[in-house]
Amino acid sequence: MKHDIVEKNLPLMIVLIIIAISWGGLAEIIPLFFLKETTQPIEGLKPLNAVELEGRDIYIREGCHVCHTQMIRPFRAETERYGHYSLAGEHVYEHPFLWGSKRTGPDLARVGARYSDDWHRAHLFNPRDVVPQSNMPSFPWLFEQKIDGRDTPKKMTALRYVGVPYTDEQIETAKDTTDGVREIDALVLYLQQLGTVLTNKR
Amino acid sequence: MTELTTFWHLWVSAIVIGSMIACGILLTLTFKNQKYNEETDQTTGHSFDGIDELDNPMPKWWMWFFWSTIIFGVFYIGIYGIGGWTGFSDWSSHDQWQREMNKAEEKYQPYYDKLNTMSVEELATDKDALATGQRLFASNCAVCHGSTATGALGFPNLTDNDWLYGGGADAIKHTITKGRNGMMPANGLKADMTASERSDIAAHVLSLSGREASGDAAKGSALFATACAACHGGDAKGNMLMGAPNLTDNIWLYGGSQKQIEFTIQHGRGGVMPAWNEILGADKIHVLSGYVYSLSQKQ
Repeated sequence: MKHDIVEKNLPLMIVLIIIAISWGGLAEIIPLFFLKETTQPIEGLKPLNAVELEGRDIYIREGCHVCHTQMIRPFRAETERYGHYSLAGEHVYEHPFLWGSKRTGPDLARVGARYSDDWHRAHLFNPRDVVPQSNMPSFPWLFEQKIDGRDTPKKMTALRYVGVPYTDEQIETAKDTTDGVREIDALVLYLQQLGTVLTNKR
Repeated sequence: MTELTTFWHLWVSAIVIGSMIACGILLTLTFKNQKYNEETDQTTGHSFDGIDELDNPMPKWWMWFFWSTIIFGVFYIGIYGIGGWTGFSDWSSHDQWQREMNKAEEKYQPYYDKLNTMSVEELATDKDALATGQRLFASNCAVCHGSTATGALGFPNLTDNDWLYGGGADAIKHTITKGRNGMMPANGLKADMTASERSDIAAHVLSLSGREASGDAAKGSALFATACAACHGGDAKGNMLMGAPNLTDNIWLYGGSQKQIEFTIQHGRGGVMPAWNEILGADKIHVLSGYVYSLSQKQ
């Protein structure tokens, strides 16, 4: 019996299983690494600065991506509400990307510059203060906690390894710019730049 | 997908079509090597931990299900294409979106064209335009200004006819299109202002609305003239060119208690109205201007 060979030889079975489950990826994923549309940043895209990067990490820490997507799909209903649909080139510096998969709240891919900084602060302190029917949690501790800049240069160095073009100077000054910044301010800075590189030209 | 090189187009096509053919061959061979085509007690001879494997054929429905996925794949490729070929329908997600947009424009543009021929003041009395404006307001503006447009602490009330930047048709439209940036500096023009001076100014400002407060209003009046009057005016009636509010009407964007006013003086204020031209476009802003204009006309 031929399948005896596979069933009684665990390493062989592991290899065959890996081949079987990654077979689709050979056609669906691998070619994308060689597609300019997905690997090249869109014009004007810059890596997040040190404070925005810390803001992004707060966004991840607080689980914002669990309820908010950052992915506008090419449907009229979405582009009318959120703006131009998302492009792969907008996300080439994101590791990991925060597209999300569930919208309990609205999409945030282009929330930048849509509301004022004051609004974001009021809203994050207690969403009900500005949107009475909101079911978003409050994040009052962001107003008390400060960023410890020790890790920022390390984060930027790590990102540089995977292709984000941070300069030496940016990494050197990162600790000074982020140290002691209130978490809320970093988060608002991060939010206010979301999706602003590609504007919705009408 | 047109940017992929021919190599990758062939790569994708070869894997997809090759896999479909391989699946077909595997199914055929499985059936061919089957000794018994009906249910049987015969075993394959394969035994593990004393459990024998019967040599039954694959269930027919399962078999046909496999075949139907292969047939589905053929039709799918025919419609949507493979590799560099875009299929018989020539579909792309961008084109589908563009068609949706064109269809919507065909449907709604005549309506906006009609409203564009009317002035903002006329829109404010037009039932259809107000209904449209109300919906636009609810989805875009209510987040800050509230669903009733009465605002909140830090976000202006649009119904009280008290305007920072003007309540005329053009001013409203300009505000929505380009946005506004408040710029009250901390401690006004007197950088070395002390806490007691702040409460004197607050007392003066409150007295303009006929309110009592602790602090020397007379001293505050003199301080006001040097530190605040440049923007708010000598009579404290404000200046719409700068968005400096009228301080005599007892309407307070950032709270009207003495503490709140002192806080505002101490830290300054920079209320921001975002620009909406890129998000909404001129047609919708026109309708929205009519709606916002109407809000303060009812009183």
